[in-house]
Amino acid sequence: MDFATLLQMLDATMRLATPLLLACLAGLYSERAGIFDIGLEGKMLAAAFLSAAIAAVSGSVWLGLLAGIGASMVLSLIHGLASITFRGNQLISGVAINFLAAGLTVVVAQSWFRQGGRTPQLSGDARFNPIELPFAEALREVPILGPIYYELISGHTILVYVALLMVPLTWWILYRTRFGLRLRAVGENPAAVDTAGVSVIWLRFAAVGICGLLCGIAGSYLATALQAGFVKDMTAGRGYIALAALIFAKWRPWYALYACLLFGFLQAMSLRSDVIERMIGFQVNGQFLDVLPFILTVVILAGFVGKAIPPRAGGEPYVKER
Amino acid sequence: MDVMPKWADVILIPLISILLAAILSALVILAIGENPWAALKLMVSGALGSTYGWGYTLYYATNFIFTGLAVSIAFHARMFNIGGEGQAVLGGLGVALACLFIPWPHWTLALLGATLMAALFGAAWAAIPAFLQAKRGSHIVITTIMFNFIAAALLNYLLIGALKVPGSMEPATAKFPEATHLPSFQDMFNWGDTTFFRGAPANITFFVGLAACLALWALIWKTRLGYEIRSFGHSESAAKYAGISPTKIIMVAMLISGALAGMMAINNVQGEAERLVLNAVEGAGFIGIAVALMGRSHPFGVLLAALLFGFLYQGGAELALWTSIPRELIIVIQALVILFTGALDNMVRMPLERLFLSMRRART
Repeated sequence: MDFATLLQMLDATMRLATPLLLACLAGLYSERAGIFDIGLEGKMLAAAFLSAAIAAVSGSVWLGLLAGIGASMVLSLIHGLASITFRGNQLISGVAINFLAAGLTVVVAQSWFRQGGRTPQLSGDARFNPIELPFAEALREVPILGPIYYELISGHTILVYVALLMVPLTWWILYRTRFGLRLRAVGENPAAVDTAGVSVIWLRFAAVGICGLLCGIAGSYLATALQAGFVKDMTAGRGYIALAALIFAKWRPWYALYACLLFGFLQAMSLRSDVIERMIGFQVNGQFLDVLPFILTVVILAGFVGKAIPPRAGGEPYVKER
Repeated sequence: MDVMPKWADVILIPLISILLAAILSALVILAIGENPWAALKLMVSGALGSTYGWGYTLYYATNFIFTGLAVSIAFHARMFNIGGEGQAVLGGLGVALACLFIPWPHWTLALLGATLMAALFGAAWAAIPAFLQAKRGSHIVITTIMFNFIAAALLNYLLIGALKVPGSMEPATAKFPEATHLPSFQDMFNWGDTTFFRGAPANITFFVGLAACLALWALIWKTRLGYEIRSFGHSESAAKYAGISPTKIIMVAMLISGALAGMMAINNVQGEAERLVLNAVEGAGFIGIAVALMGRSHPFGVLLAALLFGFLYQGGAELALWTSIPRELIIVIQALVILFTGALDNMVRMPLERLFLSMRRART
């Protein structure tokens, strides 16, 4: 594999890892606060649809992004209502949200655009376009570093950089702020947080809200940056891969980045099976690469590579003692 | 002491939940510019207005009986088997292998053999997540989700490779031999001049499904094992204290669950398609969740809920055919049923409990 192809692959990895990373961090906030969320997929899907729909109608991708975040937040609110207020089963709520999004997006898309459950193609200002970082063109001729800067680091949409910045920000919020300490505590031992006079309900709603925000960005990225418009089921299991990455990362932000880059790289590889074939001499089944994240996660869960221990109070609704 | 009488818990709460789901679905239909009442009428006439419609309704219901029972038995052990989809995919593989490679002399033997293979393959696919849950404490929901994806990829791999008909472009196995053909309702209920259920896919598997309901009911409420599963589901620590092995219960409940999900394949693979195609399960594994929740994990409730969803499925297909309402509306309804009967159960339950409490106070 030559240098240019490698750069192309890594560039694709960045683009494909971004929605995974955003969704993974979204899940991280929620699960660290003790709310399991298997509805990441549905929230991304809803955001993808509404962002593409609004961007197509208004012509502004920023309005689309706002609408996408809004759609995702509404689903988050339902999840919060079900799992925090009414102390329902968080997993069942997540499943319901996934189906709600899978069904509603197509039904509404068909009703609004009559294009068989898709939105019109987005172009121009209705999409996030690549931004060129300063001096990228000028430095292009510099050996090795020039192409790396030009191909790999520059030339992504703004949301890619946002996703990357979210990693240190999440780390800082979780481990260096009072809110983060409380958030982590409420996922381990909500009774202790309650005793300290901090509202468990509010903290968990805040975490679920952040989760909705990030899923909204992830979904909007899919429809308005990675691709140009919404198509039915366009998340294609990314929410679940993000969930797998979260376990792979053992619920830690920096490891989430590494896990998502790894899984993004696997997705990039399955798109370029010709490159793999040239490199290792035999054909690797694309299906296999697609499910490799899940197989790896099962291996992690089996405890062969360290044990993945979820937040202790995860999945349990909090009932105040009387 | 229970706050509510049993009938309220078993009948009233599910009814209110379904009503809420129905109202919201009607609002969705209204919002996309169609008439909910006309839609309902069309669904009823399409799904229940002819023996043809009934044939489809019962065919879908048979799928949902199996997957619903599968989710139910796991619920009784307080586990959430979201992997019915993958287990049914593997069940299909088992059925295909049994039908293609064993020369069955008669359909009765073929049905028996295919059922065994389907159950075996489904159970095997549930075994690994169950083992990880029992021994490693890794959450069964996460692992069964992942196994759904792995199952889909495995089937895809086999259908474009080893099991494909040589020379054919279509990712599907060869047609099963004639001897494995299960009697359809059209074959069975054909007296005199008029043909009932003409062209509908409902087949003898429906009765296998009914038998499975009965067997599961007996297992859960009439056997020692069922008692152990239920007590484990109510309180793991109490069950442990009573000498019930958690590992055994988790494994056994999940194996039965996987076997039931796998057995769905005799309906859709052997009974209907008579060959294995991609995406044969069509989401029935997930509908099992809604069915089990609505049926309150009781086999009889599951049967009723499966019939309702069979009606919704066939009715939804008719809607998609005659109106501009896409088939995905059924997924919305399914989501709302799961939401209201599962996750938002307390939203209905809490006010009702308060109501019954105040009624009781008023009496005494």
